[in-house]
Amino acid sequence: MSKSPMITLNDVSKRFVGSVDDAVTNLSLTVDDGEIVTLVGPSGCGKTTTLRMINRLIEPSSGTITVAGSDVGTVPVHELRRTIGYVIQQVGLFPHRTVRQNIATVPSLLGWDTDHIGSRIDELVDLVAIDRSILGRYPLELSGGQRQRVGVARALAADPPVLLMDEPFGAVDPVVRGHLQGELLDLQSRLHKAIVFVTHDIDEAILVGDRIAILNTGGILEQFGTPGELLARPANQFVADFLGSDRAIKRLSLLPIDVSLLEPSLPGTAADQCMAAIDVGATLKEALDAIVSGNGRDVAVCAEDVCVGTVTIDMIHRRLTE
Amino acid sequence: MSQFVGDVVAWFADPVNWTGSNGVPNRVWEHVQMSVLAMVIATAIAVPIAVYLAHRRMGETFVVGIVNLARAIPSFGVIAVALPITIRMGLGLGFWPTLLALLFLAIPPLFSNTHAGISGVDQATVEAAEGMGMTNRQVMTGVEIPLAMPIMLVGARVAAVQVVATATLGALVAWGGLGRYIIDGFATQDLVEVFAGGLLVAVLAVATELLFSLAERLVRRRYHSEQLTRSTV
Repeated sequence: MSKSPMITLNDVSKRFVGSVDDAVTNLSLTVDDGEIVTLVGPSGCGKTTTLRMINRLIEPSSGTITVAGSDVGTVPVHELRRTIGYVIQQVGLFPHRTVRQNIATVPSLLGWDTDHIGSRIDELVDLVAIDRSILGRYPLELSGGQRQRVGVARALAADPPVLLMDEPFGAVDPVVRGHLQGELLDLQSRLHKAIVFVTHDIDEAILVGDRIAILNTGGILEQFGTPGELLARPANQFVADFLGSDRAIKRLSLLPIDVSLLEPSLPGTAADQCMAAIDVGATLKEALDAIVSGNGRDVAVCAEDVCVGTVTIDMIHRRLTE
Repeated sequence: MSQFVGDVVAWFADPVNWTGSNGVPNRVWEHVQMSVLAMVIATAIAVPIAVYLAHRRMGETFVVGIVNLARAIPSFGVIAVALPITIRMGLGLGFWPTLLALLFLAIPPLFSNTHAGISGVDQATVEAAEGMGMTNRQVMTGVEIPLAMPIMLVGARVAAVQVVATATLGALVAWGGLGRYIIDGFATQDLVEVFAGGLLVAVLAVATELLFSLAERLVRRRYHSEQLTRSTV
């Protein structure tokens, strides 16, 4: 089945009034249904500008943007925005409205009746895992993590096919951010939205992105591909620098253990063999960590309590050079 | 001194001062009607323009200008300026010059506080509202005005107290209200009547102040303090 992308940017440029340089330069991107594309780059790389051109908070200077097959410029702007979920870093919840009223924003704008909105809020409460008791509260009474979940629930309220997220987890502490990132991926595995996710954090971009667009100053696209592709074959020095000096380690974190490539192990449990052991579901990064903190050569891989093989340092090296 | 206090008490106890067109109830009612009318018209003029300009991020210099202008004009001067204008327009004495003067006084604080309140609404909140697909009108009425309401009410309070106090001067241009006691009292050298009129104006002004303070507190509680009281637990 050939499908056309849910979001297409075709040769889009933006130059702000009074500026001599383009903020975004001849950018072409696609985002498929069910795919998270992360836009990442240094300050001034136009990633937020690019995001805002999709829901027309900023109008492009040239080029076309289509969402679900229609040019965004041909749809009345507020109708367009009601079909696109939008989450921003400061969350932007309405402080004078309760959590329930905040979540109901777009359904109310679309004129849904009260019963329909009520049942939708019930679904969303379960979906984003917020406690039902906070529905009557005001946003400033919530923790940062709760606010962020409410922000996501509000963006998803009218079940838009497209979600735009502008550094959504930038304002919460690292522990909560980790939870929220996991929840987003879990949510996406059930909802299959087309998501554009802006971040300045390359680790976050690698973690949540199915594909990553690395932008340079002036909105120049340096490379667009899966995290594995970028880490294995950075297109140029800028991309390599941006990915960081621990590129190989980052790649390992994306690679699962391949049971068919394991060295055979003696029957029995890891404890029998006095070896460090890891679970079969671990990544190669975890395997490497277990090796270097153990005997430095190999580590047993176990499913339940039974060893299914051994990972060696040579095997990890072979996987990286494939 | 105690003689004077006794005279004032006697003035208020005299049934003659509580009946007819020059009785206290009628004069208070005139005063309140004029003040409310001036506030309603001033609000209808100042608030929509201020909301729109602030929403569009326009009019900052205009606001500074209007605030300074308001500070520079004495109330007495406003009446003096309003009188020839209304006479020339054929509107005569009494009602119109008084109303015009009160509008001059009420509009600046309403305008500048509304503008400041709307401008002060968190930009992330406004941007979220736009990004959700609210129209400009929905952003203004549904987000910006409710969030600016506490500051807008400060402007309304300042304006209303000034209006109530200044409506007294309407008696100078042959209008009624509580100023009648003061102006007529001076004319007949009846200082007890002057004092009684002044006392009534003061009470009405303080009552206005309290009424708007209460409204401010209700609005602030509605939008803000529930969070504050709970978050400190």
